[in-house]
Amino acid sequence: MKFILKLIKDFPSYIWSGWGSLASIFLFLALWDFGNQLYGNLVLPNPKETISTLIAIILEQETATNIIITIKRAFIGFFISLIFGSFLGLLAGLFVTASMMSRPIVTILVGMPPIAWIVLAMIWFGMSDMTVIFTVVIASFPIVFIGALQGTRTLEGNLKEMADSFNLPFKMKILDLYFPHIFSYVFPAWISALGMSWKIVVMAELLSSNEGIGASLAIARSQLDTATALALVLIMIGSLLLIEYLILEPIKREVEQWRD
Amino acid sequence: MERLEQLLVKDVSHSFGFKEILKNINFELKKGQVVSIVGPSGGGKTTLLHLCAKLLSLEEGQIQNSFKSSAFAFQEARLLPWKNVLDNICLGLLAKGIKKDKAKELAKQIALKFGLEEEDLSKFPKDLSGGMKQRVSFARALVVKPSLLFLDEPFSALDIGLKKELQNLLMQTIKEEQLSILFITHDLMEAIKLSDEILVLKAEPLGHIVKSFKFDKKRELRDDSFVYEQTAKLLKDDYIINTFELEFK
Repeated sequence: MKFILKLIKDFPSYIWSGWGSLASIFLFLALWDFGNQLYGNLVLPNPKETISTLIAIILEQETATNIIITIKRAFIGFFISLIFGSFLGLLAGLFVTASMMSRPIVTILVGMPPIAWIVLAMIWFGMSDMTVIFTVVIASFPIVFIGALQGTRTLEGNLKEMADSFNLPFKMKILDLYFPHIFSYVFPAWISALGMSWKIVVMAELLSSNEGIGASLAIARSQLDTATALALVLIMIGSLLLIEYLILEPIKREVEQWRD
Repeated sequence: MERLEQLLVKDVSHSFGFKEILKNINFELKKGQVVSIVGPSGGGKTTLLHLCAKLLSLEEGQIQNSFKSSAFAFQEARLLPWKNVLDNICLGLLAKGIKKDKAKELAKQIALKFGLEEEDLSKFPKDLSGGMKQRVSFARALVVKPSLLFLDEPFSALDIGLKKELQNLLMQTIKEEQLSILFITHDLMEAIKLSDEILVLKAEPLGHIVKSFKFDKKRELRDDSFVYEQTAKLLKDDYIINTFELEFK
């Protein structure tokens, strides 16, 4: 409770710090408009047209449904990797053998391009929700897993010794020693995994689904409707920015105050 | 009748794998006494201290510790980086089951006594200097009012002023609360200033105690000239020369 209050209290000053980013966004818009003047509307519609298309699409009922479908898929996939990745990563970190054995598997998972997974998933699950969610899980799982694994493996012997010298009871050891340390590794991993899920969900939808933002993007491409395609990209970026900067970043600032 | 508080170390030997570290260590530490173990680095001093503090399990020999409570101050401060100064000091109190408000109150009192400012209490360890961290570490160890304190070269990284200040605070606690200390160091002057007895731990071929020196003069009367004089005397002692390999060839 105290934590949430502090989060709310610090929020205005956090928002105020956003002027710099705003300036860079406007600079970007200017460059975009410049590109439009160079190459014309078909290649790069100007920001104004894109934004009016964006508003038009957002007002359509269908878009809202599509966004919700996409968000749902991304979040289901993300939460599955979050739960399994954190749990298995912790477990693997506790045993030397397990962490050694899991390394090559993780390397394969990280190294295998998601597009290859999409193809496999389409063969296995057809054109369904499962294909998209599976791809999201497989792409974001290793990130969380590695975070949790490293968090557990890097627990400091020195601090453990200190905790023993004060006879810390088991509950305190977990809450005051292990949890904050592991969390400091796992939490950034969760954030990267969320970003990854968001990118992958759109890609998977574009190739293997009839609904969702990715599918709309596929339609825009087939109709050579650049303005709509750009507007959809804006929706994707905008929603990621909202989640990242309005929810995750303030939380991160509070929980990682103690870091250098 | 109150039970006699003491630490009794009998015939203790220890090895890591096949490498023997300590051989037949014997000594005792009584209530209100300070015993120092001096010796060169890598001689098993820390191992011995960890055995006494039960941070390592004993293999051979006996260690009887009848002190009511103990605390440990390490060479580095070993503060929890995600807790602020006050919460770090509270750690030992909370582990003993003392209520949070009470613990914070006690922690604050001792923090101020150890030269920390009120505004420091909410800082995280990353914002503290090395000396401040060590003050917090001492406060954390002494706030639980231990009857036995284990010190693992806690002064070695501090400047002279802070060293003296913390040593004075320790001497005050020894006098007022009959604190007993098992102190390991490689600094003879430190040992002479604080100890009732100095045990010399020789590293070669195995860690064993070669000699003991006793000091009867009251701690608060030991001024700099006493310390220098005694140090000079000790440095001429054959055992010390041998142990620290002081002979100039």
